[in-house]
Amino acid sequence: MIGDLGFNTLVVLFGATALGIASGVVGTFMLLRRRALVSDALSHATLPGIAGAFLLGAWFGVEGRSLPLLLAGAAASGVLGVLAIQAITRWTRLPEDAAIGAVLSCFFGLGIVLLSVVQGLPTGGAAGIKTFIFGQTAAMRAAEAAGLGVLALLAALVVALLFKELKLVAFDEGFARVQGWPAGRIDLALMALVTLVTVVGLQTVGLILIIALLITPPAAARFWTDSLESMVGIAALIGGLSGGIGAWLSAKYEDMPAGAVIVLTATALFTLSLLFAPKRGLLAQTWRYRRLRGAIARGDVTLGEGTPWGA
Amino acid sequence: MLQRLRSLDFIPPKEAGVSPLLVKGLTVAYHRRPVLWDVSWTAPQQGLVAVVGPNGAGKSTFLKAVLGLVPPLAGTVEVFGRPLARQRRLVGYVPQRESVDWDFPVSALDVVAMGRYRMIGWGRRVSKAHRQAALHALDRVGMADFANRQIGQLSGGQQQRVFLARALAQEARLYFMDEPLAGVDAATERAVLDVLRDLDSQGRTVVCVHHDLQTVADVFDHVLMLNVKVVASGPTREVLTDANLRATYGHRASDAPLLP
Repeated sequence: MIGDLGFNTLVVLFGATALGIASGVVGTFMLLRRRALVSDALSHATLPGIAGAFLLGAWFGVEGRSLPLLLAGAAASGVLGVLAIQAITRWTRLPEDAAIGAVLSCFFGLGIVLLSVVQGLPTGGAAGIKTFIFGQTAAMRAAEAAGLGVLALLAALVVALLFKELKLVAFDEGFARVQGWPAGRIDLALMALVTLVTVVGLQTVGLILIIALLITPPAAARFWTDSLESMVGIAALIGGLSGGIGAWLSAKYEDMPAGAVIVLTATALFTLSLLFAPKRGLLAQTWRYRRLRGAIARGDVTLGEGTPWGA
Repeated sequence: MLQRLRSLDFIPPKEAGVSPLLVKGLTVAYHRRPVLWDVSWTAPQQGLVAVVGPNGAGKSTFLKAVLGLVPPLAGTVEVFGRPLARQRRLVGYVPQRESVDWDFPVSALDVVAMGRYRMIGWGRRVSKAHRQAALHALDRVGMADFANRQIGQLSGGQQQRVFLARALAQEARLYFMDEPLAGVDAATERAVLDVLRDLDSQGRTVVCVHHDLQTVADVFDHVLMLNVKVVASGPTREVLTDANLRATYGHRASDAPLLP
């Protein structure tokens, strides 16, 4: 089957799989550190940066769209958004969710306004900007796919190196700080990884849906395991599968937006996990509950050390 | 080598009489509400200290401010004669059980091993020796059989003992515990009390936020009576008097006017 695919499709497949692996690995810690909403704000806050960078490029006479410039703009305004959230929660009494909501909509609104300015420009290339919102894999070049591969490796490397530190800060930040770990800097490393995945994934999945690719694979992985090590691995697997299958489907049926298909694939895997995972899945839980009810009705069980609620 | 020696935490000899913990003028406010006001206190050379006071008296905040988890408006903290930042290796901590998510995908042994992370250092894996030390700590609180259990599958008391074991794994000199006996079952209470007595006999200092006035005199040799300000401190027998209790619990200092 793979043999039938053209070189271009293989490139896209590889790139999307690598992106999925990277987001699964990074997303696991983001989810456990409860940074999912902040990351959503981060991805939405990239839009004004993208449009602004395009305008800046047009001003200085850069032809069409220069990808590095656009991604730099995306990263800059995304980070600015996160800093704004941190400043609001630190210096005011507003709760974090309010700060996230305010920053997300403000930055996204600004981005839409700038986008309409871009579209009014006589210079071409404005159409390409819209792909950042919903994503597009069809145009992926070999170099971009290789870049996504490097990203996946980098994410895996950083997480492997800082595994213990990331785990500690995610589980118990206070204890980490009492031991003298620089929790703020460890969080910063995690946010840098999230930013990297977001910005690099913008073109493929789009800024609205990239957060789904960061959250869904680890959330699905949690159903299968009680250990962080395997959760990272399973999330990488589910993320990679989502990227690969999604990109393949969108290549097979033209006009299917890749980002949406990738995210829907991830959601399908999530739903399967939610239902069928052996211990934490819904069916297993329902089955255990019914069996227990039956056993209690027959008087077969007594309360003792063996049960989790005994002891 | 020199570098290594310098980075070792410093414990002065007992004869020098340097207190394990010296707090000077510690003041903390949440927004405009004063929570701790000008708290100065010197911990005893060794033994078990109960921090008592009514709800909202700032007991937990006192621990957190001493440990640098809450930014103070004023005040300094010295551990064995040096700023806390340089003596972190000497400090062990048992936070309140509610402060973490127990559905986190780690086993009891994983959590206890976290007490060794500082010794292990950046980027290194938990070696077999450290794992063994963690297992030993779990054993000391009677939880060795549950080492591989995911922490969410433990009862509240067992979770409390896991936190205690993690602090033991730190092999610290000065311990801070936030209500380790609050709402625990009888087995856990026994385990906690055993550990406290052990630490005491090893010459450690343990500072415990404690809520149960009935048991203070049975367990703790020293008390720090706190209600935003220090009301009294010293050996339990001398300090836990009716007059001091009235002064600590009789009024709500947290109803004090807001700061400007």
